[in-house]
Amino acid sequence: MKHLYTWSGIAIVVFFSVVGDVLMSRAMKQVGDVHELLEQHGLWRVIQRIFATPNFFIGVSAMAIAFFSLLFALSWGDVSLVAPAAASLTFIGNAFAAKIFLREHVDPRRWLAAMMVAGGVALLAK
Amino acid sequence: MNFRKYLVLAGVSVFAAAGDTMLSHGMKQTGHITIHHLQGLLLAILNPWVAVGIVLLLAFFSSYMSALSWADLTYVLPATSLGYVLLALVARFALHEHISLMRWFGIMLISGGVGFVAGGPSVTAHPKGSDTLLPKGGVPLMGVDQ
Repeated sequence: MKHLYTWSGIAIVVFFSVVGDVLMSRAMKQVGDVHELLEQHGLWRVIQRIFATPNFFIGVSAMAIAFFSLLFALSWGDVSLVAPAAASLTFIGNAFAAKIFLREHVDPRRWLAAMMVAGGVALLAK
Repeated sequence: MNFRKYLVLAGVSVFAAAGDTMLSHGMKQTGHITIHHLQGLLLAILNPWVAVGIVLLLAFFSSYMSALSWADLTYVLPATSLGYVLLALVARFALHEHISLMRWFGIMLISGGVGFVAGGPSVTAHPKGSDTLLPKGGVPLMGVDQ
């Protein structure tokens, strides 16, 4: 039963982390290249653009839910399992979500990088 | 990709690692915070380590948002995962913690992953008219550009 709680917690953390990252990426692409905007229009206009993007707020909300879910998951399971499992699975989940929802070109190089980083993060907790 | 953009990616890694370290150090000084004693949370913010940690994490979030404005999510995430390696190296050489063989292998895997993704293109070119196509400089947003 404890395992079920722990893995449910990890699944919730991963889900909201991926939703947050994807929406934040989408929001920032809608805002545009921040460097160019800063040079052309200044900081105030960039902030206005970000705050006028609904995806930004939904993304931040999803990230906040992921953070609090992580706190709950940590109270259900061991930190040595929950933290690396959530971080590793988020890397893999983001690669799938970015391909499907953001239509990013995830070539073998990027898949391999995501797998290596996910594996590395899991090993760091050993 | 220019030097400035690489600097932003490095900022994401460094600010996240430094912010987490400061926050962790500060929270160990302030002690346990329970749901019944939430005022402890306010006191924690007054701790200099926690305060600097929060500022660094805000810097991390700004760099992360900036990176996502010109690079793919599947590029930014692996490219900025060097923060994990940085934390392990700080633990080894500044805090003199023991790093097991498994962890060194993990560090090698992450570094390899970063090297792989950093050598490729940073952004996907979407065809004109597609849903994800966004003009250079972003889409005009109502009430902002008018």
